[in-house]
Amino acid sequence: MDTFQSARRGFLLQMSGAAGAVWIAGQWPGILAAAQHAHAAAKADPAPAFEVLTHEEAKEIEALSSAIIPSDELPGAREAGVVYFIDRALKTFARDAKPVYEQGLADLRQMTGEMFPGVERFSSATPDQQEKLLAKLEQESQSGGRQGGRMGGTMGMSFAGLLRFHTLAGFLVDPEGGGNRDYAGWKVIGRDPAHSFSPPFGFYDKDYPGWQPASPETENK
Amino acid sequence: MTQAKVTYKPSDEVDFVIIGSGAAGGVLAKELSTNGFRVVVLEQGPYLTEADFTHNEVEVFINHALTNNPKRQPVTFRQSEAEKAVLQPSVLYGRCVGGSSVHFTANFWRFHEIDFIERSKVGEIPGTGFTDWPITYADLEPYYTKVEWEIGVSGLAGASPFDPPRSRPYPMPPLPVKASGVLFERGARKLGYHPFPAPMAILSQPRAGRSACVNCGFCLGFGCEVGAKSSSLATVIRMAERTGRCEVRPDCYVHRIATDKQGRATGTVYFDAHRNTHLQKAKAVIVCANGAETPRLLLLSANSAFPHGLANSSGLVGKYLMPNSSAIAYGVFDEPLNDYKGPAVSRVCHDFYELDAKKLGFYGGGGLDARFDFTPVAFAMNGLPPGTPRWGKEFKKALQQNFTRTMEIFCHATSLPVASNSFSLDPDVKDAWGLPALRMTYKDHPNDLKMMEWMVERAMEILDAAGAKTKWHAPITETQFAVHLLGTCRMGQDPKTSVINPDHRTHDVPNLFLCDGSSLVTSGRGQPTMTIQAMAYRAADRITALAKRGDLAGSAEHAT
Repeated sequence: MDTFQSARRGFLLQMSGAAGAVWIAGQWPGILAAAQHAHAAAKADPAPAFEVLTHEEAKEIEALSSAIIPSDELPGAREAGVVYFIDRALKTFARDAKPVYEQGLADLRQMTGEMFPGVERFSSATPDQQEKLLAKLEQESQSGGRQGGRMGGTMGMSFAGLLRFHTLAGFLVDPEGGGNRDYAGWKVIGRDPAHSFSPPFGFYDKDYPGWQPASPETENK
Repeated sequence: MTQAKVTYKPSDEVDFVIIGSGAAGGVLAKELSTNGFRVVVLEQGPYLTEADFTHNEVEVFINHALTNNPKRQPVTFRQSEAEKAVLQPSVLYGRCVGGSSVHFTANFWRFHEIDFIERSKVGEIPGTGFTDWPITYADLEPYYTKVEWEIGVSGLAGASPFDPPRSRPYPMPPLPVKASGVLFERGARKLGYHPFPAPMAILSQPRAGRSACVNCGFCLGFGCEVGAKSSSLATVIRMAERTGRCEVRPDCYVHRIATDKQGRATGTVYFDAHRNTHLQKAKAVIVCANGAETPRLLLLSANSAFPHGLANSSGLVGKYLMPNSSAIAYGVFDEPLNDYKGPAVSRVCHDFYELDAKKLGFYGGGGLDARFDFTPVAFAMNGLPPGTPRWGKEFKKALQQNFTRTMEIFCHATSLPVASNSFSLDPDVKDAWGLPALRMTYKDHPNDLKMMEWMVERAMEILDAAGAKTKWHAPITETQFAVHLLGTCRMGQDPKTSVINPDHRTHDVPNLFLCDGSSLVTSGRGQPTMTIQAMAYRAADRITALAKRGDLAGSAEHAT
């Protein structure tokens, strides 16, 4: 079952209900076009082959992203196809970051050998060793690069910073953005992939009686 | 009924050219074209519509699909005039038809009476240009009401005891309450405060051929796929186009206002999408380019007659930048809130709107709102409590637990107008078109930092009273990032101490008008878009009156 398509279809169906009826008449062709476009994009992912990363690089990046979001009873970075998202990122919005990745992977390899003689790569290190390597990587990245504001950019971010950011983005972005395969990431955080919702939304608004002016007791406090 | 869209040639002298299609530009375009004038709106960004909008955080936050792109339009930052500014993406604004109203939160409270007369009440504040407005709340009230009814604002009149007087109720009921709103209401009431349903520029009911909000949750930062957010794009821009007298021309980057020997504006010079240069001729020019780009354009338009920039005889173009002080407190609760559904905000509290400066030792005030405005990637990057492991099993567990259980209390408040806080032209850095980059100079007035420290503690107390099991707040730090771009071409009666008069006409160039966040005299308490739009409706009336009595090119003393 294609969850992406069904979520989008559910949205379209709900839109044809009372609230959307007036509006949808005029907008239907546009909505449909957008939905089809998005669906095509989602279908094209995961890419059958890596476009930017070498096989070796991909293996390391997959191991790194899996260490950031491991797989357990719930999906992790691996199941969400994060490495494919990063491959695509390095061809599109993060083109400029390719040298940072190359240098970062080379540095990591050296660091791995220094910290754990005999271990050649991050991907072949034990989980415990990987933990220590990530800590070291992050510690070294503190000196350089800063992240923009809440909605800011990634200019000047270090390898560790970029890798973490791209892993989280690939895990949690709407699948239209080329990650979060089969909503793996949203399963973990508990975000329903539907495109529209009706109240009550959560636990605390379930029994809300409707808005009332403050009672005299609270007035006099 | 669809009318063929009108187009004008740049060589056609239209009545008005409006620069910017956002909150103010959209309203002025609609009003002036409805009043019979021929209008061209030049928008630097693309013309996107509902079908183009997505839930894709990469498109929106990384590719800047709806906002200024710091790679092509670099911004530099410094704290004081003595420093050399460094490259830093410190300004965010909407760059598409509809401007920032396309991606904004849609928090839509009115300013209160006090905002316009506060200097008289509080007195002088050393080191600031704190002053009263030349207009009052009463002057704007009819226009606030007009905004609510024309674009569609949801809310409940009379729900806040602090609300200013109003001539009509809201046109539609509030949006559904969220769990964050219920918890906020519970906590705030325990402490004796008066939370109320948030006024939001989002439809709670279908209206004028637009859908009601479907609670998709991709709201702040995103364009609305169903047209429920009452952006200029979804409302006034379309009304303007339906008059058959208004052309909205996207991908036009205006970089100079042309003037003649008499010192009047003759039109605007812009790059089109292919970087060809055009001059759009017009009888009058109205700049609604936002509080950063409006002063920048005036400074870019310097010529031998106006060596310090157009309309800058006061030297105040770009000065008195006020970004609104802000602070955020976060709370995590035991049960799921699922606050990712619905618009960001559902409850507001105005008990701290006007604080007692003598008692507290600082001037100011603000509003609190209960919200959750994180989309998933943004949450993973910035939404977890400090000290949470940054990778591995514990990190994943925190994501799993907290995404559905977190809420925020956002504090929005006054910023004082300080002359050295400003936008200017960077002497070295150029944008992708070779024009001097925007330079921001900003250092918070100590008063504003004290107020935020105080305000965020109140937010923390409310989270406590609401039963949060974990709570924290973002550190109060010096401002280096601005979204509300206010005060940089302030309104006033005196040409020596202001840039525009109460008709929004520049003191120096009779047929040049400015209307956007730059026109504000003080900062209000955040949520400036409602007031910017009310001012735009009022400006349209004033400009129409001037045009009808043949005074657009200036009064007798200006005439040749």
